[in-house]
Amino acid sequence: MSEVRIGVYVCHCGKNIGGVINPAKVAEYASTLPNVVVARDYVYMCSSPGQSLIEEDIRKYNLNRVIVAACSPRMHEPTFQGVLKRAGLNPWLLQMVNIREHDTWVHEDTPDKAEEKAKELVAAAVARAAHLYEITTEKFPVIKSAVVIGGGIAGIRASLDLANAGIKVYLIEKKQSIGGKMAQLDKTFPTLDCSQCILTPLMVDVSRHPNIDIYAYSEVVDVSGSAGNFKVKVKLKPTYVDWSKCTGCGTCVEKCPGRAPREFDEGLGVRKAIYFEFAQAVPRRPVIDPKHCLWFTKGICRVCEKVCPVKAIDYGQEERYVELNVGAIIVAIGYELYDLSRLKEYGYGRFKNVISGLQLERLSSADGPTRGKIVRPSDGREPKTVGIVLCAGSRDEKHVRYCCRFGCAAAIKHIYYIKHAIPDAKVLVFYTDVRAFGKGYEEFYQKYRSEDNVFFIRGRPAEIFEDKDGSLIFDVYDSNTGQLINVKADLVVLEGAVVPPKDWEALRRVLKVSCDPGGFALELHPKLRPFETTSDGVFLAGAIQGPKDIPDTVAHAAAAAAAAIGFLAKGYVESVPYLAVVNDEVCSGCGLCVSVCPYDAITIEEREGRRVAKVNSIRCKGCGACAATCPSGAMQQNYFTDTQIISEVVSLAGGAK
Amino acid sequence: MGDQFEPRIVVFACNWCSYAGIDLAGTSRIRYPHNVRIVKVMCSGRVHPEMVLKALREGADGVLITGCHPGDCHYISGNYKTMRRYLLLKKLLKELGLSDRVWLEWVSASEGDRWAKIASAFVEHIRKLGPLRLKEVMEGE
Repeated sequence: MSEVRIGVYVCHCGKNIGGVINPAKVAEYASTLPNVVVARDYVYMCSSPGQSLIEEDIRKYNLNRVIVAACSPRMHEPTFQGVLKRAGLNPWLLQMVNIREHDTWVHEDTPDKAEEKAKELVAAAVARAAHLYEITTEKFPVIKSAVVIGGGIAGIRASLDLANAGIKVYLIEKKQSIGGKMAQLDKTFPTLDCSQCILTPLMVDVSRHPNIDIYAYSEVVDVSGSAGNFKVKVKLKPTYVDWSKCTGCGTCVEKCPGRAPREFDEGLGVRKAIYFEFAQAVPRRPVIDPKHCLWFTKGICRVCEKVCPVKAIDYGQEERYVELNVGAIIVAIGYELYDLSRLKEYGYGRFKNVISGLQLERLSSADGPTRGKIVRPSDGREPKTVGIVLCAGSRDEKHVRYCCRFGCAAAIKHIYYIKHAIPDAKVLVFYTDVRAFGKGYEEFYQKYRSEDNVFFIRGRPAEIFEDKDGSLIFDVYDSNTGQLINVKADLVVLEGAVVPPKDWEALRRVLKVSCDPGGFALELHPKLRPFETTSDGVFLAGAIQGPKDIPDTVAHAAAAAAAAIGFLAKGYVESVPYLAVVNDEVCSGCGLCVSVCPYDAITIEEREGRRVAKVNSIRCKGCGACAATCPSGAMQQNYFTDTQIISEVVSLAGGAK
Repeated sequence: MGDQFEPRIVVFACNWCSYAGIDLAGTSRIRYPHNVRIVKVMCSGRVHPEMVLKALREGADGVLITGCHPGDCHYISGNYKTMRRYLLLKKLLKELGLSDRVWLEWVSASEGDRWAKIASAFVEHIRKLGPLRLKEVMEGE
């Protein structure tokens, strides 16, 4: 491949590029550059005719480099690499030029400058392309198993799909039972299915599936290795109960004298110091909460130990660690509710009768603290006037800017709970917009907004005050009528904002997954690859990618599982193309590269009587730190050699000639 | 307006955070000055000081290195290496009277608006410093 023969293809991307600059002019300019044999523009280069155009040109003009000036390489680099492959060229002889995201989309108001910039970027790519060379990758086998992190409905669905496809699944759940937020709900909108009735059978399926191992009360603490061969370190927190002996009979729970607020009931109910998370827990195994256990706090009691028929209590249990070797990881850790006490004006946490939507779910649930009776937490009285506040913390610059995507439909469901339990109750819904977007949601909304004594008021409450009897008094400016309304409510329900779980920050760092402005996991592409991440082999299921209701969560989880199954079924992963490569003749074996490699991928070896660096192509991830450190230039990075980068830099620094 | 100095700026952007953040500015249609030219690297830790010096030598008026925020590197610790290398490079540049012309900034994949602000500030900063003309001087023009 001595003579460099470059083809340059400038895309209009419809009006995205073509509406700002003249791609024909850019192509015309490109045709004057060294080594350029052919330069063309086309309306949609990524379309079938666009791709064929390039493919035919490669054959016709015997091209050995292809430059596509179009969108970001993060979007279509693989697409155009496919074109090169089909035409018999090595895919790494492609150079993309980003003239959309980096040019026409941001410089629309200076089109002349944008066109000049496009020309310069193309010229730099032409300069760089002359130094491209063929890159071959190695194939490594994948381990056909997966870790699913999070046992809510997303993790349950993903685990079952993977397991049914014959893949071994390790389901890691931080609480003692799987089920997640869905287990806490009374009913689900818009069909008003009982949440437990549709969830708990799936929980049982998970526990009985031969391909699924549940690690409950456990957390992922570290991930090493790479796609196809991850090593996932899991911490098994001490439960102080030997679960291998325990039968889940519940005698210990029954006899335990310790008391604590029940987390599952959002603090409304009471549990024992040794407890099941909830009655239908899977696995049905108790844990001791050392903060409330009399043995741990005062050194007395030990009743659970005495009554346990199988001698499963183990006060000396310590945390343990296991390492799981898997090919893929699915992150399904869901969401948390925003801390509503931060909305100071609403008094959540200060006023007993200001509750969250999830607390209302617990009050309405048959297995909840009131056995399904909706009452005021302050005095157990039935509320006759209930205020429901939408967007509590959502769509609010002071709190979170995004929509929670289920608060509106949940509020409509909450109207049903209240009206069903207390038919003469008056319900006031304070909203900004009602977004009933899902299948059947609009019909659901229309049905319950027209119920007797249900009022939709467009406005957010001002400061809420508590009356002597625990009732809540506040003003609302109704922006539909322009009137200020004085409200006295027995109970106020806040449909709160949704945020990523607190432990996500640490987890995403070990997984090397980026986050979006809201802190949720950043998907590979918001439309086309919403369940993949920039970390190969790591997939997203459910609300960790962004707030979702149950149908969307389940669909997303099944999609993530399908993507993971596809990834594992392929059977191999390829080494990164951007591998570090050593020029043996120049290398002096100084070992500086060894010291900067974050993956221990470089060793110094004796070869033909000399000490030289050697790169392990499985371990190398292609960061290029070694190449930037090598004092002699012996260490280079494929597709990012010193010569390739510097030729691009020199061209850009000098401007268009 | 017509004869306003238009600086020529070379930007190194890591693939995972900064390049994606710059892409996000594009998808969000956040305007910023056209003067910046992006060079993609997989990690900011790949940026050899020679690449920065070469850019200034060959006509760039300023160089901006961008990477993931500390703790966020896709390659564990590449950005820390960048930071250390940058501090040494700044000492060298100071001797040459060029240290004002090179900045290191962190831009995450979600910070399209932050990128646009940095790009605008850097262009304005270099515009105030004026053209470098190192190439002309070195080549005796």
